[in-house]
Amino acid sequence: MAVDQGKLLEFLLRMGDNTLVLGHRVSEWCGHAPVLEEDIALANTALDLIGQTQFWLGYAAEVQGEGRTADDLAFLRDAWDFRNVLLVELPNGDFGQTLMRQFLFDAWSSIILDRLTASSDPRVAEIAGKAAKEAAYHVERSSDTVIGLGDGTEESHKRMQAALDYLYPYVGELFESDAVDAAMTEEGIAPDPASLRADYNALVGKVLAEATLRLPEGAYSHNGGRTGRMHTEHLGHMLTQMQWLQRAYPGAAW
Amino acid sequence: MTAVTTKPGLDQIWQWLDAVPDPEIPVISLVDLGIIRDVVWQEDTLVVTVTPTYSGCPATSIINLDIDTALRGHGIAKLSLKTQLAPAWTTDWISDKGRAALENYGIAPPQPAGGPDRCPHCQGRNLEKLSQFGSTPCKAQWRCRDCLEPFDYFKCI
Ligand SMILES: [Zn+2]
Repeated sequence: MAVDQGKLLEFLLRMGDNTLVLGHRVSEWCGHAPVLEEDIALANTALDLIGQTQFWLGYAAEVQGEGRTADDLAFLRDAWDFRNVLLVELPNGDFGQTLMRQFLFDAWSSIILDRLTASSDPRVAEIAGKAAKEAAYHVERSSDTVIGLGDGTEESHKRMQAALDYLYPYVGELFESDAVDAAMTEEGIAPDPASLRADYNALVGKVLAEATLRLPEGAYSHNGGRTGRMHTEHLGHMLTQMQWLQRAYPGAAW
Repeated sequence: MTAVTTKPGLDQIWQWLDAVPDPEIPVISLVDLGIIRDVVWQEDTLVVTVTPTYSGCPATSIINLDIDTALRGHGIAKLSLKTQLAPAWTTDWISDKGRAALENYGIAPPQPAGGPDRCPHCQGRNLEKLSQFGSTPCKAQWRCRDCLEPFDYFKCI
């Protein structure tokens, strides 16, 4: 049975836009991190994420079949066309908030990429195989930092708890499903997002316990990013930075 | 052998590629790094398959350019470079010659244990990690507590 190309495209945009938007956010730290080692680490993480984006959006552009490239998708779409979860477009905040967001994303990313290596779509499987190795490295580092800062000084603990309280209501969107997910699951291309939740809770729970941090109460979940229904105001502001050059000088190249 | 050879043998081509340095760590060759996955003649076109080290490695396009330049310099006119993602690159593919060259250069070669085996400067084993990331995507920063020198460690993936 043929895969619905529109739904496959939607799935690929969700994967690629997550890494693109987070990659850009993390790159905003370049030259500003508290110490040189962290600056380099953040820049390298951003680089991995942008690299993964090139694979996801490159494949998305092929599936779309309109002669566009990964760069066209990154630089020439407007906010409402983006399919990333809201979590990754939120502003960096302080260093602790950036690393908490990174951890909450890395934990999900490492789990889903692992599952995607068994995708029935060989392109998806090979991109995931490459990205999974990087995600495993990322989650190791972001876990360590969350533990170090959470179980650190009174000030760092307070800030990490505040970051978690602010970010956690954005986590639920990673596990929502719609018709796109149903089609991907049925075709064996991607797992049902909800099926990742138990592993995610176990991983996040273990790290937060070590970090002496508490999950906030309340089940409210912000959403609308991965379906494109509604992004936060932050995405548009980010795109004015990220897309400025291609908008001002269309087609500019190295 | 006849005087005119239009299609150099594959052994010869591997040797030429082994002389192309990695642009970021020039003491080891692209072959030592394990990123040249295949070299094959298809009719009169030479097809070289390359796999990236890291997804976002900024050296990838330079590496392709260096391969292109080197092989064309040896008279290969019809050349096609293929990128292959799977199986994903692993540091297990770095050759023994490459590992020795890295250590000589001051970069501790990758170890399955996830950290350097010994200080590349003094061979000391009293080591500490400074950062999981380093000056390029493939390296982390460590320090030797014996000679107090910091050094790069080639991450094991
Ligand atoms: Zn030493």
